[in-house]
Amino acid sequence: MGIIRASKLIYDYIRRDEDDHIEEVNRAIDNMTVDIQKGDFVAILGHNGSGKSTFAKQINGILLPTEGAVWISEMNTADDSHIWDIRKTAGMVFQNPDNQIIGNVVEEDVGFGPENMGIPTDEIWRRVDESLEKVGMTAYRLKSPNKLSGGQKQRVAIAGVMAMRPECIVLDEPTAMLDPNGRREVIATLHELNRKEGITILLITHYMEEVIDADRVIVMDDGRIVMDGTPREIFSRVSELKSYRLDVPQVTELAYELRQAGVVMPECVLTMDEMMACLLPLMKACYPETVRLEGDA
Amino acid sequence: MSIKAENLNYIYSQGTAYEQYALKDVSFEIGDGEFVGLIGHTGSGKSTLIQHLNGLLRASSGTIYYNGENIYADGYDMKALRGKVGLVFQYPEHQLFEIDVFTDVCFGPKNQGLSKEACEVRAREALQSVGLDERFWKQSPFELSGGQKRRVAIAGVLAMQPEVLILDEPTAGLDPKGRDEILEELAELHRKRHMTIILVSHSMEDVARYASRILVMNHGEKIFDAAPKEVFAHYRELETIGLAAPQVTYIVHGLREHGVPIADDITTVEEARNAILRLLGKAEQTEAKADRKRPDQARTANRSKGKADQRS
Repeated sequence: MGIIRASKLIYDYIRRDEDDHIEEVNRAIDNMTVDIQKGDFVAILGHNGSGKSTFAKQINGILLPTEGAVWISEMNTADDSHIWDIRKTAGMVFQNPDNQIIGNVVEEDVGFGPENMGIPTDEIWRRVDESLEKVGMTAYRLKSPNKLSGGQKQRVAIAGVMAMRPECIVLDEPTAMLDPNGRREVIATLHELNRKEGITILLITHYMEEVIDADRVIVMDDGRIVMDGTPREIFSRVSELKSYRLDVPQVTELAYELRQAGVVMPECVLTMDEMMACLLPLMKACYPETVRLEGDA
Repeated sequence: MSIKAENLNYIYSQGTAYEQYALKDVSFEIGDGEFVGLIGHTGSGKSTLIQHLNGLLRASSGTIYYNGENIYADGYDMKALRGKVGLVFQYPEHQLFEIDVFTDVCFGPKNQGLSKEACEVRAREALQSVGLDERFWKQSPFELSGGQKRRVAIAGVLAMQPEVLILDEPTAGLDPKGRDEILEELAELHRKRHMTIILVSHSMEDVARYASRILVMNHGEKIFDAAPKEVFAHYRELETIGLAAPQVTYIVHGLREHGVPIADDITTVEEARNAILRLLGKAEQTEAKADRKRPDQARTANRSKGKADQRS
């Protein structure tokens, strides 16, 4: 039994006219069944409108299923009495850091969550210290959040969620507004929380490079799960991914193109190191005089 | 037609303890019909800079010339300038407000004082050039998907028929296909209408693929201004200022460090693919296909392959 479970989940956005008659029904999630294990780093890919964000909002009960059910640590999200426990278990981070930071000082912002939960003051400060430490923002605790970079703001937002001691963090495109450095910072922080603290991570993103170190990748299309596997399994299916309006990292694409052109390449290349390990021996064979391999003197 | 910036300075809270340079002695000239990429980390001054180019912000010192005319001169028509230099902000779909898509796109030309008929002609043209299907035109903009809304917002600026189009991260938050579609449409406007385009982006891959020149900003200063190949050759310096180069650049430099005679100015997947195939003696049968797909790219790829051959 995983920490996040959905069974035959259906969610309809229903639009009503002034007299409350149903005008339009838009099925955003269509019979989705999924089981996410505690401690996993899971990435969700899918084009705009594929149902990713709707699914994310089901996880902490912002939206409730039209049909089917969602369980977080065995608590049904439709059960009113569990809603606060569910939100403590699964924290959320959104795309725009400026929309989710409310404190005037970093440490106040991080303390906001536990304060709302009625945690005693000493304990709040302990958690603030701890959470800032975990995201590497301790040096900024007395700064004003609006003086921080985008990546730093997102790390403060993540610390704010961490202070509520969740078991799982759901992030909906947390890097969409960040520059390359900010993106790297945020993704590295997530991997660290996953590895050191055992936090289950559910990362929704459009950046394929952010996905390659995940344990599992889920691809959504039209409210359904259409692919589910390790990054290597998923990214070896280049043309299938493109049919879902997605892409692959540049190295993977280059390796795929070379393979198509008849170069001997493994089925899926994910990192630059792998690419070099494939290309250098081939180059060595063509240019034995000039090319040096790692083992060469 | 050109935009020329001379020694621009923009200082926040001048004369107080919080005084800070958002732009520091920035000079450049962008010629007619160029496709320029503008990159820099968050807070490097990119957005401040582009707001100067159509007069939304006024420089603390320095001058901007549009087609040789000083835009800060007395009596200069700022309103006309804003019609000529179109600015698409970040997340422009947040600025949609009209009852339907078509009316929203008509808003710009209507404000320019055009007749209803002329506005409609403009709107039709603009919506077609961003590739938005006619069946959406009478819908509320709020019922569209993210990528569609983004297109409507860009069409709203295009309907004013600007000579220069400046876009601040037009693909942020879009899925890869939506991103490619919008960038292709911009490339098309550039090719067919000879429109000058300035693209602010955090995606080094996109800038490498579409721009013929890149300006790099850091702490309010312009630190690089050159062709993508030259700029990305400084990938180590770019990293120190919070940027990066496209992934293929790293592969190419890695290969060169190991003695592979590959050209050092490769910045796109197509170029890398063709160069590697050529080096491995497998180029012939596949190149024709690449040429058909992307004439521009194939041409540059051929150039860089030529160089690789000379070296090997």
